[in-house]
Amino acid sequence: MKDGAKTPRPIATRGSDRVFLACMAVLGGTYVVLLAATVGADILYTTPGHLWRALQSPEIRHAIRLSLLSCTLTTLLSLWVAVPIGYLLARVRFPGKALLDALLDIPIVLPPLVIGLSLLILFQAAPLRALERVFPITYAVPSIILAQFMVACAFAVRTMRATFEQISPRHEQVALTLGCTRAQAFWMVVLPSAKKGVLTAATLAWARALGEFGPILVFSGATRMKTEVLPTTVYLELSVGNLEAAVAVSLLMVAAAVAVLLLLRGQGIANAFDRPL
Amino acid sequence: MIALEQVTVHAGAFVLRDVSLVVPAGSHTALMGRTGAGKTTLLEAICGLRPVSAGRIVVGTRDVTHESPGARGVGLVPQDGALFHHLTVREHLAFSLVVRRWERDRAAARVEELAGWLGLGPILARHPAGLSGGEAQRVALGRALAFHPDVLCLDEPLSALDDDTRAEVCDVLANIRRRTGITVLHITHNRREAERLADRILKLDAGRIVNPTP
Repeated sequence: MKDGAKTPRPIATRGSDRVFLACMAVLGGTYVVLLAATVGADILYTTPGHLWRALQSPEIRHAIRLSLLSCTLTTLLSLWVAVPIGYLLARVRFPGKALLDALLDIPIVLPPLVIGLSLLILFQAAPLRALERVFPITYAVPSIILAQFMVACAFAVRTMRATFEQISPRHEQVALTLGCTRAQAFWMVVLPSAKKGVLTAATLAWARALGEFGPILVFSGATRMKTEVLPTTVYLELSVGNLEAAVAVSLLMVAAAVAVLLLLRGQGIANAFDRPL
Repeated sequence: MIALEQVTVHAGAFVLRDVSLVVPAGSHTALMGRTGAGKTTLLEAICGLRPVSAGRIVVGTRDVTHESPGARGVGLVPQDGALFHHLTVREHLAFSLVVRRWERDRAAARVEELAGWLGLGPILARHPAGLSGGEAQRVALGRALAFHPDVLCLDEPLSALDDDTRAEVCDVLANIRRRTGITVLHITHNRREAERLADRILKLDAGRIVNPTP
């Protein structure tokens, strides 16, 4: 047990290997340089004054508050759905499983605008129109959460499925022999073992929701102080030529993304996405 | 006692057909056989982890063929121990007692008793990540024994251990059997291990129990 999860020892490098490794580094490095350059350009373009003014703007403060609220609610909803679906996909054989698996990947591969359009069309259906008379969704805050949820949940499902697949079913089987029901085995053994995976799924869902723009633009609109989240702010500021504010808000989002990635790396389980599509 | 009467078990494309087997009460029976012979499938059927298509399984005096795994009175020690990473050694020993709603004092006394038998007293607060291979298997053994099962099923529990640790766990197993008189069905590939611990050695070959040694 002490020797359980060893990281692979690095391979000894000889002289001829260095040329090969240098080629790999140059080829891969171009992308890294491009990424670093874009973030660097944003940082150099803006000044602390721009950032301060952006943070003082009532519209941007509203967008930050709404983004934090919607992303958090989206994350909770995503986990609520992703944990059971991930568990079923990892543990249970049932008819149509391959079809369901493919269906769940649709939000990952579909253009975000199409998701927004599909939601808009769905909410034109008679029963949902009736619901909207009592509880407005389209072009209101709930539509933002729903649009974010549509995409973020797919990532959370994949993460949870990979997490449950990595947990040996033997643990659950032993729990059953010890007197647990299937539900008790899930709550007492499987879910605590999946704690890191749940945190990864939550972090990914939150980050994904924060960056979502296409479906929100179509399904929620871009109304200032009403359905304005941070990506909407970048779009609105750009559309009126206020590049400084747009870049300042972009940097806030970059900072949030970096924080999330550091949290993921800290968990050491960002490999949840290793499974091919 | 464990008795299998004409048991048929399906495991994907693999089928164990009409297997009959008796493990007498209080005996330590080793079940050997080549890889893929179906030993683990048979053990899973006895534990209730794999449904039986035909036949009957008796544990003690009860027909448990259609009982849930937890109601069969079978303790299972898998090959890798399958310890729960979030629980301490103490919590492992108490796990089945909490699930079975034992009174707190009675459960605590049972945990102390098992810790004494298995030499786990000094490491009760540790998590599995901090245990050696031998310690982990002793914890898995204690966890399986805690609720006083009628029989103990061991699925190659010593195969991943080095020689010294294997000898140590062998001693623990022999000691436990002396103390409790529990019926043991022990799957192993190691004949020396089987000869050292078991009263009877059976072999599973092509779905049949052969070569019984009284």
